[in-house]
Amino acid sequence: MTVALSIVVDGIAYGMILFMISVGLSVTMGLMRIVNLAHGGFAMLGGACAHVLTMRYGVPFVPALAASVIAVIVIAIPLERLVYRHIYRFSELEQVLATIGIVFVMIATVNLFLGSTLLPIRMPPEVSIPINLGFKVLPLHRLIVIVVGLLMVTGLYLLVERTRFGIFLRAAVDNQNTAASLGIDTPKVYLAAFALGAGLAAVGGILGAELLPIEAYYPLRYMVLFLIVVTVGGMGSIVGSFIAALGLGILDTAGRYLLPDVGTIFFFLAIIALLALRPNGLLVRPS
Amino acid sequence: MTSGLRIRNLSKNFGGLQVARNITLDIPTGARAALIGPNGAGKTTFANLIIGALQPSSGSIHLDGKDISQLAEAARVRAGIAKTFQITNLFKDLSVRDNIRLPILEREHRTFRFLERHDGDAAIEAEVEELLADFRLLPLANRLVRSLAYGQQRLVELALTLSLKPRILILDEPAAGVPSSDSHLIVDAIKRLPTDLSVLIIEHDMKLVFEVASRIIVLVNGAVLVEGTPEEISRDLRVRELYLGAGHG
Amino acid sequence: MILISTIDIVRTSLGGTGKLLPVAILIICAFAAFWLFPYDLGFLTQMLIMMVFVVSFDLILGYAGVATLGHAAMYGCGAYAAGLFAIHASPDPLLGLAVGAVIGALIAFFSGLLLMRAHGLSLLMLSIAITMVLQEIASKARDVTGGADGLSGISMTPILGVFEFDFIGKTAFWYAFSVLFIILVVLRVLVASPFGLALRGIKDSPSRMRAIGTPVYWRKVTAYVIGGTIAGIAGALSAQITSLVSVEAFNFALSADVMVMLILGGAGRLYGALIGTLVFMTVRHVAASIDPFNWLFVIGFMLLAVVFFLPDGLISLPRRVAGMIGARK
Repeated sequence: MTVALSIVVDGIAYGMILFMISVGLSVTMGLMRIVNLAHGGFAMLGGACAHVLTMRYGVPFVPALAASVIAVIVIAIPLERLVYRHIYRFSELEQVLATIGIVFVMIATVNLFLGSTLLPIRMPPEVSIPINLGFKVLPLHRLIVIVVGLLMVTGLYLLVERTRFGIFLRAAVDNQNTAASLGIDTPKVYLAAFALGAGLAAVGGILGAELLPIEAYYPLRYMVLFLIVVTVGGMGSIVGSFIAALGLGILDTAGRYLLPDVGTIFFFLAIIALLALRPNGLLVRPS
Repeated sequence: MTSGLRIRNLSKNFGGLQVARNITLDIPTGARAALIGPNGAGKTTFANLIIGALQPSSGSIHLDGKDISQLAEAARVRAGIAKTFQITNLFKDLSVRDNIRLPILEREHRTFRFLERHDGDAAIEAEVEELLADFRLLPLANRLVRSLAYGQQRLVELALTLSLKPRILILDEPAAGVPSSDSHLIVDAIKRLPTDLSVLIIEHDMKLVFEVASRIIVLVNGAVLVEGTPEEISRDLRVRELYLGAGHG
Repeated sequence: MILISTIDIVRTSLGGTGKLLPVAILIICAFAAFWLFPYDLGFLTQMLIMMVFVVSFDLILGYAGVATLGHAAMYGCGAYAAGLFAIHASPDPLLGLAVGAVIGALIAFFSGLLLMRAHGLSLLMLSIAITMVLQEIASKARDVTGGADGLSGISMTPILGVFEFDFIGKTAFWYAFSVLFIILVVLRVLVASPFGLALRGIKDSPSRMRAIGTPVYWRKVTAYVIGGTIAGIAGALSAQITSLVSVEAFNFALSADVMVMLILGGAGRLYGALIGTLVFMTVRHVAASIDPFNWLFVIGFMLLAVVFFLPDGLISLPRRVAGMIGARK
C-alpha cells in the first residue's frame, strides 16, 4: 500500500514536470500544425540560464528562476518571428529537418559556452527538508513541483476557458481559416502561444532539473519523452496533456519501482498499446 | 435476375439522424440516370452507400443479381462500381498518363508485380493511349496533373474512373467548379461514354442533367420524392415547388 | 533460365545509355574514392553501409510516403542477427547477410502490421516506441547480446571463400559497395515496376488508391517489409565489417539521422538518398575533425539552410542553379 502511494506521489511529481515542459509543445503542435522537435530546447535553455545565475553569480533561486524564464521568452519571441513563422508553411518532413537543425544549434550553443557536462542548479537548502506525509517522507521540492504544476494547469485552464485570448486560441486550434476570417489576428495568437509555451517549458526544465538533469544534449535526450506526452494527450489539448503527463509519470515510476529490470520495456509497450487503441490521443476518439 | 443496379429499402442512420430512408431504385444496364435534390438531401451519402464508403444500416444493393451490400469499397470497385470524386482527387504528382495507367494496372491485378516495368505491357499501354485519345488528353499526357487547369483535371478524373471499366459509373457533380466555358468538354465526354455502361449523375446543374439524363430521381430528406423522365420531372408540381421553384422564382 | 530472364529484365529496366550514366558515375566515384582516400576506407565503408540503410528508408518514406522514426529497429535486429549467426552458427558473410535480411523482414512485417494502420504523429511515436522496446530487450538480454557492452567476437570467413577481410579495409569497402550496388539495381527495377507506381500513388492520394480498388494497407506493409529487409542487410553489413554490435544500433538518433540524410538529399529519388548520405556524413566527419566541440553548429545550420533554400533536397540543386541562370538570361 505504501509502495503504491509512493509510486503515485513520485509519479505525480514527475508527471507535473513532464506536463510543464510538454504543454506548450502540445498547444503549438495543435495550433500551428507544426512538428516542433526543438521544444525541449527551451527547457534546457531555461535550465542553463538558471545554472549560470545560481552557480556563477550566486543569484538566489527564485529571482534566478524568474530571470531565466523571462530570458527564454525573450529568445523565443524573435525565434518565432524570424524562423518559425516560415517553418509553419513547410511540409511535415521539412519541419522535422528544420527543427532538428534548431535543436543542433541550441545544443552547440550551450556546448560552446558551458561545455557538455551536467549543469546543476543551486536551490535553497530548504527544498531538501524532508516532509512527512504519513506514508512517505518526501523532500519539500517534490511538493513544490506538484503545487506549481497544479497552479499551472489551473491557470492555463482559466486562461483558455475564461479569457479573450483563450477564445482566440481555441478558435485557431479548431480552424485557422475560420479564426482568421473572424478577424482574429492569428499571427499574434501564434506568437503569444509560442512564447507562453517556451516560458512554461523553461519553468519545467528548471524545477525538473533533479529528475531530468540539464546538459547540452537535453533536448535530444528527452525529445521522445515530450513527444510521447503530446501524442498520448492529443495535440492541442491542455487537459489531455495533463492527464497524459501524470499517467505516463506514474506509469514510468511504477515500472522503475516494481520492475526495475524491464520497466522501460513495460513503459514503451504500454505506449504502443495506447497509441494503437487511441491513435489521436486519450481524449479524442478514433474517427 | 435483373441486370444493372438494384437497390432495395436502403437506409442509413447517423446516431438519431436518418440520412437515407428506404430508398428503392433500379438503374438498368445502359441507363443514364440523374440524382437531383436540394442541398443536404443526402445525395452524396447515397453515392457513398453505393460505393461502400459507408455501410448501410439496412437494405440491400445488388449488381447484376449479386448482393454487394456487404462488400468493402475496394471489393465493390472490382465488382464494377466506380465513382468520380466531387472534389477532384487525383494523383497530382504523377503524369496524366500515369493517372490513367495506375487504375488499369490495378484492375488487371498487376500492382503486386515487382520485376516488370510499369509501362511494359503492350495491351495496357494501348488501352491507356486510347483512353487519353478519347478524352482529348493526349497533348497533356506527360504533364503532371498538378499543373493542369481545373477543367482538364475534371476530364482526367473522368478518364481515370472510366479506366476501371466499371459496370456502373457514378458521377458526383462532374462539372462542379468547372468554368462554364469548359463545361461542354464534360458534357461531350459524358455523351461519348460507352452505351453498355450504366451512369448515375449527381448534379446541381439542371442544364447538364436535362442534356444527358434519360431518367431523373429526385431525392429529398434522404428519401426518393419522385422518379421519372426529364419531361415528367419538369412537369411535376412537387418538384417545381421543392426544388426548381427556387430557380424559377 | 531464370537468371537470364532476370538479366533481361534488369537490362530493359536500365534502358539505354542515358540511364546507364548514373550507374557509371557510381562505379567511377567508388574507384575514385578508393584511390584518393586510402586512409579513410573505414569511414568510406561506414558511408556505404549508411547509404544502403538510407536507400531502404527512401522506399518507405520517399516512395510510399510513410514517415517513421524507427527505421533503426530493422537495422539493429539485422545487425544482432548477423552477429549472433556469425558467432554461433556460421562465419560465412553472405549467409550472415541473408539472416540479417530475413530478420529485418520479419521485424518489419510484424511491426508493420501495427504501424501501417497509423498516421502522422502517432505513427512517428509508435515507430519510436517499437525501436525503444527492441533496444531495451537487447540491453537487458545480456547473456545473448552482451548488453550495454555490445556483442563482440564476430569474425568472418572470406567472402565466397576467396576475398579475405584485411586490416586496411579494402575488402570491406568493395564488399559494402557491391551490396549497395546490387540493392540499388534491385530498387531501380522495383520503383519502375507497377508496384513502384502504386507506391507513388499511395503517397500521392491514399483515398484515391482505395477508390481504384487497391488494398492500400497491404501495399504499405509490403513496402515496409522490403525496406526492412534492406535495412536488415545494412545492419548485418555493419556487424560483419565492424565486428561489433552495440545497443546504439537501435538509437533514436540513428533513425533521425536516416530521415535527415534522406530529406537532405531529396526523398523519392534513389540517388537523392546517396547524395544526402554523402553530404551529411562528410560534413559531419570533416566538421567533427576540425572542431570536435562545435561541429553541431555546422550540421544545424546546414539543415536549416537546406530547408529554407532547397526544399526539394540537394538533388534539386543543379536544376535550381540552372533555373536561376535561365531566369537571368
